[in-house]
Amino acid sequence: MSEQEYEENIEGFRKIISGFPGEKRYIIPIMHELSRCYRYLPRAALELTAEYVGVPFSQVYSMATFYRAFSLQPRGRFNIKVCDGTTCHIKGSNILLDEIHKNLGIGPGETTADREFSLETVNCIGACAIAPALLVNERVYPRVNAAALKEIIKEYRGGGDNDHHE
Amino acid sequence: MNKSLIHLLLVCCGTGCVANGAREVYQALKDNLTSDDKAVLAATTSARATGCHGLCAQGPFVRILPEDITYCRVKAADIPEIVEKTLKQGEVVKRLLFRDRQKKTLVQGQNDIPFYQRQTRVALRNVGLIDPSSLQDYLERGGYRALEKSLLDMRPEQVIEEIIKSGLRGRGGGGFPTGLKWKACAATPAQPRYIICNGDEGDPGAFMDESIMEGDPHSVLEGMIIAAYAVGASNGFIYVRDEYAQSVASLRKAIEEAENHGFLGENILGSALSFNIEIVRGGGAFVCGEETALIASIEGNVGEPRDKYVFPSEKGLWGQPTIINNVETWANIPVIMERGASWFTSLGTEGSKGTKVFSLVGKVANTGLVEVPMGTTLREIIFDIGGGVPKGRSFKAVQTGGPSGGCIPSEMLDLKVDFDSLSQAGSMMGSGGLIVMDDRTCMVEVARYYLSFLAGESCGKCVPCREGIKCLLEILTRICHGQGEIGDIALLEDIAETMQQASLCALGRTASNPVLSTLRYFREEYLEHIEGQRCPAGICRELSEFWIDPIICTGCGLCLPRCPVEGIKGEKKQAHWIESDKCIRCGECIDSCSFQAIKVK
Repeated sequence: MSEQEYEENIEGFRKIISGFPGEKRYIIPIMHELSRCYRYLPRAALELTAEYVGVPFSQVYSMATFYRAFSLQPRGRFNIKVCDGTTCHIKGSNILLDEIHKNLGIGPGETTADREFSLETVNCIGACAIAPALLVNERVYPRVNAAALKEIIKEYRGGGDNDHHE
Repeated sequence: MNKSLIHLLLVCCGTGCVANGAREVYQALKDNLTSDDKAVLAATTSARATGCHGLCAQGPFVRILPEDITYCRVKAADIPEIVEKTLKQGEVVKRLLFRDRQKKTLVQGQNDIPFYQRQTRVALRNVGLIDPSSLQDYLERGGYRALEKSLLDMRPEQVIEEIIKSGLRGRGGGGFPTGLKWKACAATPAQPRYIICNGDEGDPGAFMDESIMEGDPHSVLEGMIIAAYAVGASNGFIYVRDEYAQSVASLRKAIEEAENHGFLGENILGSALSFNIEIVRGGGAFVCGEETALIASIEGNVGEPRDKYVFPSEKGLWGQPTIINNVETWANIPVIMERGASWFTSLGTEGSKGTKVFSLVGKVANTGLVEVPMGTTLREIIFDIGGGVPKGRSFKAVQTGGPSGGCIPSEMLDLKVDFDSLSQAGSMMGSGGLIVMDDRTCMVEVARYYLSFLAGESCGKCVPCREGIKCLLEILTRICHGQGEIGDIALLEDIAETMQQASLCALGRTASNPVLSTLRYFREEYLEHIEGQRCPAGICRELSEFWIDPIICTGCGLCLPRCPVEGIKGEKKQAHWIESDKCIRCGECIDSCSFQAIKVK
């Protein structure tokens, strides 16, 4: 985040953070809300959070890195989550990861240079009956194979229709 | 059901069905029922979006009551036909009925589908029948009657005594007697006391708790309120996994409704009990399913477990007496209170009473949620209810208990499933995931998978778990890549046993189970990888080579378009062959072949 962006956003961070009581137990809910709005946890926002709930910054930082739901790197506009639960795994989730790498050039934890797509693996989305499954933002795609994956990426490439998917 | 209603339509809107278009089906149904010319229909028919119906492999479902007509794999486009034929003219749309492949017949009613016939639904009693967002639906099914009975007719000690007598054991995996937990909490003098619902269902391949939270949230709330009365607690928390957005929505709505109707809040049902429930969303950490880690997470800390020399029932959340039970355990409480402990003990085995919900997934025909009495054999669950392994392949193992569980081989299919028998077999009950594996599953790779899962989830606090998992993973990865060495097996066993003895919490102590149980039952497969440089399942790419048996191959061509690298050659009706220099060993062709002509060298 550049200095200018930082200045522009700092009020936004404050607004989100002050929507919660200033207690330690609200760190996770605050981070959830920040992630939802910014698609990652900007350092400045974490510093403000620490100050607000009255704990050292290191403690907020350790939580941000401990929990998988949070990212310190900006995620893409379309966040692909490949389910790598046991069922999806034995039904070929690793093949999906290979295909995504081939198509978009990103591995788990990475974002495309244009910040359109990012990829992560999740442990189990509880949709084992339709394995292998993946999510793009909040939408679940069932029984994905290499061919279906190409179609899904095509659907989002060039913007997709946002109101439907975000 | 309202008397003026002629039809009640239940549309399954569980996570699996929603991904397959169930919301669109429900919307189409609504639209079709409320359009003007069908005003009569709209007045006599009600459509409900319900929780999971269980047989996820065949969803989305539309079930019509009172006739009990169950339509499978319904699409929004099928709705006009269903409305026209079934609702208006009373005809059954045959093409949407369940097909019993073994008997080669069509089945009309849900209760006649073999998958449902052998089940006993206790924890799932309302899931799939009620609209989870409707308190009214829950009340019609007898909801909150158990609370009324406990609160108005019984003393707190009597409630605890009843739960102890029922023999209910924690459904989250530990199997600790629930009533004893409550008793210990009630006996600790400190105030305030807390109630926690553990909805951090982290085991991959398990979605029982998700279905209950989504499909019958009030049963969980009712269980918690009863406990609040029994131990004198004033606040409750439901900790829900980050990945379960639909569960959060469903619970939130239920809490609001319960508050509005006096089941939560001040002076519940006019009694002296005041109790509130709050939802806490997890951060996506598997270890938080461990109760002390979960408590740390609610408090606003990193989710690290602590040694349990004092149980949470004495010192839990913020150091206060706390009862923490799993979602399915909570859903069992109201039925036990209503029907009595002696009814509950009539189900199950000597040491494990009642029923257990399993998510039956993997290489099995009828994927879905299954609830059976404790003591049902694995064979009954996998073959009679689950319909066996599809595509004519053979059963190899079933994995139970999540990442900390183990793999049970075909010789042990007659094992009666309960807490104790699974532990004796080197696995565990866990929260109830049953993952079926066929001959296309490599057991070494499965062990490697679980260890790589756990490597990402170990909190890192204690050395045996953190470093042990890393070493096991390194060795297993090497074996899967064809670089296994003689002596690796002994090394695996040595590290695994050390971890069992020296780790701080259950995650570390059980983390080596996948390795030990596969070594116990599938040692040959390890040796094959190390000494024979071959993966018999054809999964480890460096150790697999595929070929097409020309005698079996009919040249149907089904595999050709499935090959992503165009590496299969051959004319139609002639035996095909694989160009091995092109082959990337993805296995798509094997899985597509109807004749099992494609083999692993």
